[in-house]
Amino acid sequence: MGDSQYSFSLTTFSPSGKLVQIEHALTAVGSGQTSLGIKASNGVVIATEKKLPSILVDEASVQKIQILTPNIGVVYSGMGPDSRVLVRKSRKQAEQYHRLYKEPIPVTQLVRETAAVMQEFTQSGGVRPFGVSLLVAGFDDKGPQLYQVDPSGSYFSWKASAMGKNVSNAKTFLEKRYTDDMELDDAVHTAILTLKEGFEGQISGKNIEIGIIGADKKFRVLTPSEIEDYLQEVE
Amino acid sequence: MSIFEYNGSALVAMVGKNCFAIASDRRLGVQLQTIATDFQRIYNIHPKLFIGLSGLASDAQTLYQRLVFRHKLYELREERNMKPETFASLVSAIQYEKRFGPYFCQPVIAGLGDDDKPFICTMDAIGAKELAKDFVVAGTASESLYGACEAMFKPDMEAEELFETISQALLSSVDRDCLSGWGGHVYVVTPTEVTEKILKGRMD
Repeated sequence: MGDSQYSFSLTTFSPSGKLVQIEHALTAVGSGQTSLGIKASNGVVIATEKKLPSILVDEASVQKIQILTPNIGVVYSGMGPDSRVLVRKSRKQAEQYHRLYKEPIPVTQLVRETAAVMQEFTQSGGVRPFGVSLLVAGFDDKGPQLYQVDPSGSYFSWKASAMGKNVSNAKTFLEKRYTDDMELDDAVHTAILTLKEGFEGQISGKNIEIGIIGADKKFRVLTPSEIEDYLQEVE
Repeated sequence: MSIFEYNGSALVAMVGKNCFAIASDRRLGVQLQTIATDFQRIYNIHPKLFIGLSGLASDAQTLYQRLVFRHKLYELREERNMKPETFASLVSAIQYEKRFGPYFCQPVIAGLGDDDKPFICTMDAIGAKELAKDFVVAGTASESLYGACEAMFKPDMEAEELFETISQALLSSVDRDCLSGWGGHVYVVTPTEVTEKILKGRMD
């Protein structure tokens, strides 16, 4: 309709009440590699495909899942460089919180502040929205938590969610498989199976990345050999 | 005369068994003249967190207003009350912001933390925290207070005995200080209730 005339300026609403640039940002996310997260009763797991553009790329140097604080990790779908900017800002905000209160930042607060940054970039001059959606996984006093943050700056708490290329199949799969009393190990298996659903080619410890956080409140990325072990258990 | 001695004050906080007590004098003076005998030095941030501010009264009031502001926003954002340890870190940060033009206040913070464990601390005017397990003191009568508390304090006192001890320590110390006194104001806080008492001492 008249939308295309309004798609050049970020800060202008279209007649249908949308900010078209944000829609386009979501499209960018939707064509990114699949990532997903599952909240278990005693932890959270996040995972993503790690499809590299060529076999010559040193896959050990690529890390898509990043740690924000010792007990909060994040994965993205969409534009990698944009996610790096957000990770940098979030880490700084978490440290500022700690410097003020000498307490680790609660997951909700960090998500809220990250979302606020993303929203800023939808209402400022001369900038564009971030082309990523983030899945933030953390474990604090309120227990395990999983949040998705979109380019518009809206955030939601999920029991399980997926983003990127294969999102609708992945979400359907997760809806079927998810149970409230799932434990962390089951969640990892389910995550692997969900990734496998839409995976082109042979899945291995080198072309997916998995990050987990358990009751020990320490987020860590699994090594390729640990992922291989889980893969074998799934077979 | 030092700016810290302009208004005169006496503050003390003590730890008991699953409880704490915080007490202050009630005099507000302008050097040698007494202006008020019902001045409030101890404020309630939330039911399990109290802060007493000694030193220049004007800075004490301003600092208190800033702290209440910060705590209210924290409560709205995080949907929980601040723990005493967290609050102490906040006060310390706010004071250090003014490192080269400080608030002339020495705060005394007392609260019940996780599992209702009593927490007390004091800090200097630029936010150097001093945590203690037994008692903390501040104000123009602090030297006498140190002596009185050291002599009278016992660990693990119940609420009633703690009230008696802190009251005696306060009253005997302010009697040795011309700038503080005119009665006492004592709060005794347990996990279930807060008791507030006014003491009548030497009214001079």
